[in-house]
Amino acid sequence: MDILIYYTSWLLLLCGAFFCAVGGLGILRLPDFYSRQHAAGITDTLGAALLLIGLILQAGLSLVGIKLVMILLFLLFTSPVATHTIAQAALQSGLKPKLAEKERDG
Amino acid sequence: MSNFVDIALLAFLALVALAVTRTLNLFATVALTGIYSLLMASIFTTLDAVDVAFTEAAVGAGISTVLFLATMALTTSHEKPHHHHNWAAIMATLITGSALVYGTLDMPHFGDPQAPIHQHVAPHYIEISPNEIGVPNMVTSVLATYRGYDTLGETAVIFTACMAVLLLLQRDRRGGNRNVMAVPDADQRRGGQSMQHAMILRVFSKFFIPLIFLFGLYVQFHGDYGPGGGFQAGVIFASGFILYTLVFGLEKARQVIPPRTLQALVAFGLLLYAGTGIATLVMGGQFLEYKALAHEATHGEHLGILFIELGVGITVAAVMTTIFFTFAGRGRS
Repeated sequence: MDILIYYTSWLLLLCGAFFCAVGGLGILRLPDFYSRQHAAGITDTLGAALLLIGLILQAGLSLVGIKLVMILLFLLFTSPVATHTIAQAALQSGLKPKLAEKERDG
Repeated sequence: MSNFVDIALLAFLALVALAVTRTLNLFATVALTGIYSLLMASIFTTLDAVDVAFTEAAVGAGISTVLFLATMALTTSHEKPHHHHNWAAIMATLITGSALVYGTLDMPHFGDPQAPIHQHVAPHYIEISPNEIGVPNMVTSVLATYRGYDTLGETAVIFTACMAVLLLLQRDRRGGNRNVMAVPDADQRRGGQSMQHAMILRVFSKFFIPLIFLFGLYVQFHGDYGPGGGFQAGVIFASGFILYTLVFGLEKARQVIPPRTLQALVAFGLLLYAGTGIATLVMGGQFLEYKALAHEATHGEHLGILFIELGVGITVAAVMTTIFFTFAGRGRS
């Protein structure tokens, strides 16, 4: 059982690291602000959540584990709100998504 | 492995520092300084200096970023490009830099147990403080009791900084507040208004600001047992107020805590700290010798640390909020 938890946690940690890397690559490579925002959202939610769940499995049922659960809950609330707010602020300040313009032109 | 982590963090630090000097867009620069602070906090964490890391993350990455952004709302967000090199400045930087690097050659090696810092008073603190002060977090006992004068000085520095900002930026009250009426608040004109219509953000803030304050209280009063204390708690409190101001506007925030109350709190925290020192004098001890506060020595120490940490927390929270209010209320004139 312990070994199972150990390997599951490492699997989750590696998956989280993978999604963080994908998010970072996306911020660099995606064409416009909104799609980059989407990539940053992956890092914030999926990457961080998987890393934290992996760490929670490592910590077990202890004070550290409970604190990590609270950080996870905090991130699950704050990251989407932050992403949404930034995107909305960009939209209201007049930044148009790039793909929409292309469709209109063609 | 830990060497690898250290080297990677330091390399990132150098890269970020270079990027800061190369970037002309000041928004990007501010974001980079935030990253720099977070990296610094990670380095402190790997060095087991959790209290310092906490302060660095809260002050460096949190509040200073917000204050920089508030400053840019008053000035400009683009640095003027420099086309010519100032050779005198480059020479001065190079000479100072190499002198500093030369100076490090004399310093003890990293983690050397024979280093003077580990020989002087640190062993005394580690041996004596658990019994003498009775506080599990040794950082707090050093900060609040052994180095109580220094912390009083730091609090006074923060107080002075706040006074300086107020003197420089606060509008002339005798002028009948005409400027405040004429110019809308900076944050309301610049995107703040749209933010006030962002429903998700408003609902989220209403739900989360109490939790931020709760966490601030935890950090404030748990500082004796774990990382935390007045400085960090004060910054967390201030960030709660700043979030409220950003989402609901300066006017409403001023109704919640009037600037006059805030300014009174700025002074009150410092007075509480110094007053604790006076109280120990009155009760027969030396200045800031908390033993005198109660019959039992460790009891007195606990009380003293509680009071002075509270004083630090109140001053820091009030100072940060006041500075932000002053910046936000200034507008672009």
